[in-house]
Amino acid sequence: MASDEQQVKNSTATAVFDSDAANSLVKDLRSTFLAGKTKSHEWRLSQLKSLLKMLDENDKQICDALFSDLGKHEMEAYIHEIAMIRNSCKLALKELKDWMKPEKAKTNLGTFPSSAEIVPEPFGVVLVISAWNYPLLLSVDPVIGAIAAGNAVVLKPSELAPAMSSLLAKLLGKYLDNSAIKVVEGAVPETTALLEQKWDKIFYTGNGRVARVVMAAAAKNLTPVVLELGGKSPVLVDSNIDLAVTAKRIVAGKWGCNNGQACVGPDYIITTKQYAPVLIDAFKHNVKKFFGDDPMNSPDISRVGHENHFARLKKMLDDDKISGKIILGGQTDKNNRKIAPTIVLDAPEDSLIMSDEIFGPLLPIVTVEKIEDGIEFIRSRPKPLAAYLFTNNKQLKKNFVNNVSAGGVVINDVTLHLMVDTLPFGGVGESGMGAYHGKFSFDAFSHKKAVLYRGFYGDAPARYPPYTPGKLRLLKAILDGSLFGIIRTLFGFS
Amino acid sequence: MATIVDGFEGELKELREVFNSGKTREASWRRSQLQGILSLFKERESDIMEALNQDLGKHNVEAYRDEIGIVIKSANYALGNLKKWMSSKRAKLPLASFPSSAKLVPEPLGVVLIISSWNFPFGLSFEPTIGAIAAGNAVILKPSELAPTCSSVLANTIRDYLDNSAIKVVEGGHHVGEYLLRHKFDKIFFTGGARVGEIVMTAAAKFLTPVTLELGGKCPALVDFISSSWDKKIAIKRIIWGKYGVCGGQACIGIDYILTQKKFAPTLVELLQKYIKKSFGDNPMYSHSMTRIINKKHFTRLKGLLEEPGVKSSIVYGGKSDEENLFIEPTILVDPPLDSSIMTEEIFGPLLPIITVERIEDSVEFIRARPKPLAIYGFTSNEKLQKKMISETSSGSITFNDSIVQYAVDTLPFGGVGGSGFGRYHGKYSFENFSHQKAVMMRGYLIDFGFRYPPWNNKKLQLLKSGLRYDYITLVFVKLGLKGKA
Repeated sequence: MASDEQQVKNSTATAVFDSDAANSLVKDLRSTFLAGKTKSHEWRLSQLKSLLKMLDENDKQICDALFSDLGKHEMEAYIHEIAMIRNSCKLALKELKDWMKPEKAKTNLGTFPSSAEIVPEPFGVVLVISAWNYPLLLSVDPVIGAIAAGNAVVLKPSELAPAMSSLLAKLLGKYLDNSAIKVVEGAVPETTALLEQKWDKIFYTGNGRVARVVMAAAAKNLTPVVLELGGKSPVLVDSNIDLAVTAKRIVAGKWGCNNGQACVGPDYIITTKQYAPVLIDAFKHNVKKFFGDDPMNSPDISRVGHENHFARLKKMLDDDKISGKIILGGQTDKNNRKIAPTIVLDAPEDSLIMSDEIFGPLLPIVTVEKIEDGIEFIRSRPKPLAAYLFTNNKQLKKNFVNNVSAGGVVINDVTLHLMVDTLPFGGVGESGMGAYHGKFSFDAFSHKKAVLYRGFYGDAPARYPPYTPGKLRLLKAILDGSLFGIIRTLFGFS
Repeated sequence: MATIVDGFEGELKELREVFNSGKTREASWRRSQLQGILSLFKERESDIMEALNQDLGKHNVEAYRDEIGIVIKSANYALGNLKKWMSSKRAKLPLASFPSSAKLVPEPLGVVLIISSWNFPFGLSFEPTIGAIAAGNAVILKPSELAPTCSSVLANTIRDYLDNSAIKVVEGGHHVGEYLLRHKFDKIFFTGGARVGEIVMTAAAKFLTPVTLELGGKCPALVDFISSSWDKKIAIKRIIWGKYGVCGGQACIGIDYILTQKKFAPTLVELLQKYIKKSFGDNPMYSHSMTRIINKKHFTRLKGLLEEPGVKSSIVYGGKSDEENLFIEPTILVDPPLDSSIMTEEIFGPLLPIITVERIEDSVEFIRARPKPLAIYGFTSNEKLQKKMISETSSGSITFNDSIVQYAVDTLPFGGVGGSGFGRYHGKYSFENFSHQKAVMMRGYLIDFGFRYPPWNNKKLQLLKSGLRYDYITLVFVKLGLKGKA
């Protein structure tokens, strides 16, 4: 076991995690799985309890890693990562017994007498590939689902959050059952080696480009996938709102969530030409209130995740097409990878900031004539992971919910739906496929097997050869489900 | 040279426009199309039966039992449940998010592609189509070219009975399939073999299109020692039916092979022979009660399975074939070599290997060691054995003491796992397969927890910790400054 740990840790050193290593890893995990170890209720509970212990005993190290990787404030670390994982664990611990129970299914006259149920079972050995922006949450949350469902798991944390990656390898190695749960650190070569193996399910969080690679690799083994991606999550803001609360929520949701680097963070605002100035003032006011006079250097704002990312955002800011349109912020600090909360008004549709997912502290505001035009604007673009609307207008709410397709929709707030574990969290179209959170995590990692019990009574001779016209009549009656029809046919009428 | 289907891109564009117009989302439209399917099957029953007879030699009773009757049942089921399926479902919310409400709103995915198979050309085309329509999508259906008469009847009847602006049929072979796959769809539903399944999923990956793959596998039937003669008779009839009586063994959930105790095998073989004669007469080819093999390629493949070393000598019944009529008679083999093709590939034909084991429980290990099939069958009343099978094997489904009928149960999800595919349908699962369950949360403006907002400080952290633990009393105290720590 020590040598495994060593191998996993030194991915950048001498021991290379190549295809053979990956193959051997999957083989080991498969043996563990086939031996039945991960299927027992006790095992799953023990792992979830250990996870909870792991979080409670190491919360300081976790916060430190998040600060080191992302400059994330302890408060954000707690709200958006630690607390959410703890709740996930606790929910699974509480509900697991119920989730594992077979679900009865009613049977009808066609198979009478019979009884049926749907039995959840684990897929086997699953791969979880996580992202860098919420490196604890997006690694451990799917792993909780995988464990709850009884699978063996390999977690590949993002190398772009190296402190957390290394901490996860250490902690999961220490607290969880290494014969069934493993962490593989690394970048493209290691991920490629992993993707070459045959998995029973792959759960990927990240961007559309890599998702295509993951799905194509999965196709070789007909492996089902969950892809949690992103997109440009729009916020449509009406004038009929509570301005103070609206502005607070949007500003906190944009810059208070990893400084815009969240898959469900507000990407851009749409509002009417008339209302825009009012809204912009309110935004400016709140930015100052939350982050002070020098927001870029506020300790309450996260850094930009990594260099490439910083360069990408800088490119958006330097785009000629938006020159003169920056009405707040725009300052950057390359050495510290900081970018100030920035607002851009009426960037042209073909500007960089309006074509790609921003994933950063730049907030474009698009103005329209009528607020309803905003809905059309959203509909003409790829389906985002989340879509937000601020309004008191009932008709507008209805219009928005009925006509905007997105992973999730929130009215009069942003990002909150993530915290509700009775709602499935996932995308549609370009923003992904599959969902998780709460019981949906358990479902994502389970195969629901149909079980039908029949006895030897109640046989319908009509179904067997040799075939006769009489049998055809009887079958019609049976499949019609009408008892009367069946009796009539059996007795020779019709 | 790459195939281009004339006018297809224009048709696809039209479908998208129609979908975007909202037409297919109306409950009335969905109902009208489902009614249209019912009318289609009721009024054109004889055309359908004739086409199935032409392409597969399928008897009218089989045609009705396995396809026509099933589709009618499913369309009626969808009509009866449509309102319920289309309605939003409330989701419970934790106190910390009060006041707010949340619900799940089902919505169609858009324009979906359904690729169907040749063995149940009507059933496997319409069953997913019913789900796609019920969920409010526009549909492109590509039936299998290996059942050409059926494909043509499908195209004609759909044109006559359904809304052509939203539901289209594209006929053709694998070149046409490949061409279609170069376009973006909002979902692809594929029924067929693993090799093409992989091609479909790889093509879908380019567009991040979600897919359902309904594949096959070797569906084993574990046959336990049965003492009662009544039970034996019924079991045998159901086994024969599950192997030879449903499309001549060419069914994804047909019984592929049998596992039974060495001691019971002779009895089993004897009973099988007796009832095969009873079901198909002395000359099965002329009984018109067994479907023929779909084409020369499959015929040759099946014949080839029998000619491998060690396999031929294991035939205990049947084995004769007629190439001109593409007919292979019901055949039984006992213990062919486990590494022969007949025991490693999906048979999809009327050849029944019986593998004998010492103890019946050994069958479970045998099944576990092999790829996960679409269905597993257990002919046994032994509850312990049933439980063992359920917990120690994995498959799309398990059915005890019968075969194939699980297909007709609307409340059971139908789909594979592992090599037999992923995704599921039938009943409400068909609706869900073609829907996106959109999470919708509505918040009010009152009661906002100040600790949500920066700037961050220790007090807010304490408040937050209490709030997230739903510990409101502490929350209030801390807020009022009466308590320093949560």
